[in-house]
Amino acid sequence: MTQPPHLESRTQHVRDTWGKRCNIILYMSSKESDFPTVGLNVSEGRSQLYWKTIRAFQHIHKHHLDDADWFLKADDDTFVVLENLRYGLSKHNTEEPLYFGRRFTPFVKQGYMSGGAGYVLSKEALRRFVKGFADGLCTHNTELEDTGLGQCMETMRVRTGDSRDVLRRQTFHPYPPYYYLPRQLPRPRPWYLLYEHYDPVEGPGCCSDLAISFHYIDAVGMHTLEYYTYHLRPYGYKYRFNPDNK
Amino acid sequence: MMSEGSSFMKGLILGGIFCLVMSYFETFNPGVHSESHQHLHHHLKPLSKDELQKLSESQMSELTQQVRVYCLIMVTPKLLVHWVTVNDTWSKHCDKSVFYTSESSKAVEGFDLQEQDEWARLRKAIKHAYENAGDLRWFFVARPTTFAIIENLKYLVLDKDSSQPFYIGHTEKSGELDYVEYDSGIVLSYEAVRRLIEMFKDEDKCPERGRALWKMPEEKQLATCLKYSGVFAENGEDAQGKGLFNKKSTSSLISDSMGQNPADVVEACCSDMAITFGGMSPSQMQVLMFGVYRLRPYGHDFHDSLTFLPPKDSDND
Repeated sequence: MTQPPHLESRTQHVRDTWGKRCNIILYMSSKESDFPTVGLNVSEGRSQLYWKTIRAFQHIHKHHLDDADWFLKADDDTFVVLENLRYGLSKHNTEEPLYFGRRFTPFVKQGYMSGGAGYVLSKEALRRFVKGFADGLCTHNTELEDTGLGQCMETMRVRTGDSRDVLRRQTFHPYPPYYYLPRQLPRPRPWYLLYEHYDPVEGPGCCSDLAISFHYIDAVGMHTLEYYTYHLRPYGYKYRFNPDNK
Repeated sequence: MMSEGSSFMKGLILGGIFCLVMSYFETFNPGVHSESHQHLHHHLKPLSKDELQKLSESQMSELTQQVRVYCLIMVTPKLLVHWVTVNDTWSKHCDKSVFYTSESSKAVEGFDLQEQDEWARLRKAIKHAYENAGDLRWFFVARPTTFAIIENLKYLVLDKDSSQPFYIGHTEKSGELDYVEYDSGIVLSYEAVRRLIEMFKDEDKCPERGRALWKMPEEKQLATCLKYSGVFAENGEDAQGKGLFNKKSTSSLISDSMGQNPADVVEACCSDMAITFGGMSPSQMQVLMFGVYRLRPYGHDFHDSLTFLPPKDSDND
């Protein structure tokens, strides 16, 4: 999800890094452009964000339903590791009503997925979301995109999946790595962990080796994460975490 | 009076010209000072993939066993948070790591050298390390603001004979002196350290407390003493010629690359096998620890010829 003033400062860096690893990537904006961006019939701004998201999914449902198995929504300051997303989804069936992301607790009974960390809908979840609006079962009842979508998911009986790895470590992250990784003495939840559905872990156990996303990543951060994920490595190192060898 | 003055001036001018001519000769003949060292190149690269594949399994295993690193991390209580962070991160990948400090700290363990002068402290630390090396044959000296990937250091020196003098890092030139920059880490072979410690005895060539009006930084004092013992600085780089030792942080290097190579930021920036990054804050080091030893895309296999196991009792790698 992006907007005209961000194309050079943010979206370009998504395109230069992880964007190319999607099977299809669509840059959703209020205006069509040669970037290329899809022009949705909305205006920009936080208050319009849920409308923008609804229109984006309606567009995809109309034009691309059969072009992919899973549908990821991310922001232009989210860094995504596509291989780890595919791995996480591989054991799930896209014909089931499921969606995955960083599970938050308040406002929606079954919880909802943090917008910034990115969330991914199964094909059935996408169908039900669009149908919900078509049938009037879901309405634009909030400006908060993630809460709103979460509410509609619950209404349409789409289940919240658990995206944590086999060691119960998080894969989707609404903030950058430096928020979670440094060790902390046992303490009450800091503000950015207040909404967590699962008990948050601070320090190295916060985050899966096969992390899927980080958010609030600026341009330098995008390329730095790209370097860390796909280039810089310790020669010959035998990784500790081998989820397939359990 | 006038004729004496003009003779003096002529002498001064002749002497000046003579100096200029001699220094020109030196710059055109860099080989002039290489008479006593075995390797004539100043760029040091790791074994190529082809060469590695030619080694037998037992040769590989032997080399992996031999290339063991003693890390000397030079700390002060002022850098306590960095000290603690290094202790919790990359230093766990050294075969032995000792934090040599200017004075002891109640918060964390270190080897107290009780020495405020940086050069004297470095000398004492090196002597102590040499005497306690056991069967470790490579020494790595760093400040706690530097992050090092020891596996990549081992890969670089894997085929180098530690009984030969090696002094490796990011090299800079100061006049005629090639020296290894401190902030990007200094690698010394056993033989280099042996010769250095011998040279420490020479108070003229390698004084413990400098007699110059200004203090030369330790990195240059080190280079000078090593040069006198026939050990010369070499720049560590990868097969493509990219420097492996960096005095800047990862984000600083990426930021530079975005300005210089916007179309190819990561490719043009830094080596995949980078060994050090300097100027790292403690939280940047925690993130880099995760980025190096854990974060990766599922399904990428590298088929490396060597295997390095994770350290015991560690949870962040």
